[in-house]
Amino acid sequence: MLADYVPILLLVGVALGFALLNNALSELFGRKRKNIGKADAYECGMEPRGSARIRLSIHFYLIAVLFILFDVEAVFLFLWAVSAEALRAQDMAMLVLYEIGVFVFVLVLALAYVWRKGGLEWDR
Amino acid sequence: MIAWQDLLVMVLKIALIFGGLINVGALMTLAERKFSAWMQYRIGPNRVGPWGLLQPLADGVKFIFKESLMPDGANKALFRFAPVIAALPAFMTIAVIPFSNDIVIAGKNYGKLAIADLDIGVLFLLAIGGLSVYGVILGGWASNSKFSLMGGLRASAQMISYELTLILTILAVIALSGTLNLAEISDGQATIGTWNIWSQPLGFMLFVIAMFAETNRHPFDFAECEAELVAGFHTEYSAMKFALFFLGEYSAMTVISCLATVLFLGGPSVPFWVDAPWYVGFGAFIAKTSMFLFLFIWVRWTLPRFRFDQLMGLGWKVMLPLALFNLFVTGVFVSLGWNLWAKLGSLI
Repeated sequence: MLADYVPILLLVGVALGFALLNNALSELFGRKRKNIGKADAYECGMEPRGSARIRLSIHFYLIAVLFILFDVEAVFLFLWAVSAEALRAQDMAMLVLYEIGVFVFVLVLALAYVWRKGGLEWDR
Repeated sequence: MIAWQDLLVMVLKIALIFGGLINVGALMTLAERKFSAWMQYRIGPNRVGPWGLLQPLADGVKFIFKESLMPDGANKALFRFAPVIAALPAFMTIAVIPFSNDIVIAGKNYGKLAIADLDIGVLFLLAIGGLSVYGVILGGWASNSKFSLMGGLRASAQMISYELTLILTILAVIALSGTLNLAEISDGQATIGTWNIWSQPLGFMLFVIAMFAETNRHPFDFAECEAELVAGFHTEYSAMKFALFFLGEYSAMTVISCLATVLFLGGPSVPFWVDAPWYVGFGAFIAKTSMFLFLFIWVRWTLPRFRFDQLMGLGWKVMLPLALFNLFVTGVFVSLGWNLWAKLGSLI
């Protein structure tokens, strides 16, 4: 089992080495002529005003929470999807389908609630 | 212990697949420019090498000798390593893609052309692929530039939204095949009639749309969005770090095209030729993947960009319910044992 992951380990080494090497290449060989203008953050040629560490819209937070909700749902669905075919052989497929259906239905209700409350609108 | 012959085969496969991925990424930058030029009645790069074929090499050399800038107030460590974090997931996920059937050379079987044959291939791909969002948001945040921050934020919101649709459409395919092993999924579609695209037309469409959003490509490229955000999350990046972001993006496109080929188009199966030799199957795989890669470019130079609220609306109000519906219908069919497509599969 664990031997299956040996090539993955090799690939991590190769890919990480490749990425780090390329990342360092231009710092090693590139020209280095710093001046004040180059060190400014780009803001259409003007001097940067204020900090870029600003507060974020609450919408992004809401989307992240919704994502976690549905991602956890997907994790449970993986178990069902893999075994749906095998369950049918044991005459349990419909029972499990009802159960997973109730589970998904509750989450769809949650989505409908958020939708109705306007949590998916971006222009408000 | 692993015998040295097995280790040699392993290393050869890694060299072949990883090297191929990097080269496809480089060639895609040229293809992008060439196709865009032809679509706009221009010629495109044609000076370096025949038909401009050496252009990516020239670009690479130029990237190396450019100045690597870092804006004042940037978070130095994160700024340096964000390109690596962005590119690495794309490089890693190629490991589980099975490119061909069993390779048989001089009567000896060397296994499929895949770096690793994992039983949890799909999970591995989703888990590692999901990490690529960190590279984008860290790169955007660490730059200490407002454009970068907005690009990174938008990209993260968009990628996690469409990831749900992607996962749910993949789940429908898994329910049909009953396995998480990508090699077994493609083995189950050996003839053209058993390709999952026939039993999952809606799922296929949703997957293709979601894969555009997942890789931040037009018409969903809000991570970059030249017209509003200059260059989005990589506004402040230059030289090889910028190139690494680009390579990561093109690698991610290649991997997800390969995934679409495996999940829906039968992987290395050749239409109407069931016992095709492995190299013909490999050619078929490359052809199908190239089709998706061309689609990426084609769409980019054809469609205008969405608005951000339209994008999120499409993701949450259209794609997600449709994907759930698709999964539900597939679940009912699988649970009842209705296999309408087995008949077609046996005919062809």
